[in-house]
Amino acid sequence: MTAGSAPKPAVDPVRDAAFRAQLVALIPQLRAFARSLTGDATAADDLAQDAMVKAWDARASFEMGTNMKAWTFMILRNQFYSEKRRSWRQTQLDQEAAERTLVAIDDPASPVALDELRMGLAMLPAEQREALILVGAGGFAYEEAAAICGCAVGTVKSRVSRARRALQDILERGDYVRDGKPAGDAMGSILAQAERLSHPA
Amino acid sequence: MKQPGKDPAIIGETRINQEAIGARLRQLFDEVVNEPVPDEFLALLSQADNHATPVDRDPDADQ
Repeated sequence: MTAGSAPKPAVDPVRDAAFRAQLVALIPQLRAFARSLTGDATAADDLAQDAMVKAWDARASFEMGTNMKAWTFMILRNQFYSEKRRSWRQTQLDQEAAERTLVAIDDPASPVALDELRMGLAMLPAEQREALILVGAGGFAYEEAAAICGCAVGTVKSRVSRARRALQDILERGDYVRDGKPAGDAMGSILAQAERLSHPA
Repeated sequence: MKQPGKDPAIIGETRINQEAIGARLRQLFDEVVNEPVPDEFLALLSQADNHATPVDRDPDADQ
């Protein structure tokens, strides 16, 4: 099946149905990628929905049989950065939003707590974070991640390796404490102390 | 690619290993993947489908 350079067929219901089924199957992945980019569940779903509709509208330019996951991730990423350029304040990663984004299911056997990892990720430069997510969680090869990000394969490799080292460093030193949840806990105990002091028994 | 003075073997000795980070990273991602997809998504797609599918051939489609 060809598309793109060939004259567009008016309607191809069979192809559309196949495309649609594949696109629908990718929605969970798109939501996860969007969540990792925005750090906010609501903004992420808006972004994933926009990307999904854009992909559908552009379906004639997609070559069936090629990697639709990479193609849709690229659309989503482009959408994210073009929106970010328009209103950086809205999409700026908000620590508080990042905290409520994902439910922490903790595994005491792991040396890495989920909350800590989330905070650590939030501290990485955006390009390192997305490279690490694509390769480390999204299951993309370096080549695919490079195509999605529009950069060289070597660039992705170095971003991923820098992200890994930085994350390890952050987790080992506990730097996330400064901006993350533990700081909120500290505030809570300060307030509790103030409460006690203002109500002497 | 090799940078003198930076020995990657040193990294292997740290307490938190990359495997643990990698497993957690996938867990973080998969948690969202495993969430049920909100109904809005399919509704939007059906809406887009109806809009983008003309009943007759669009005369501009070949341009």
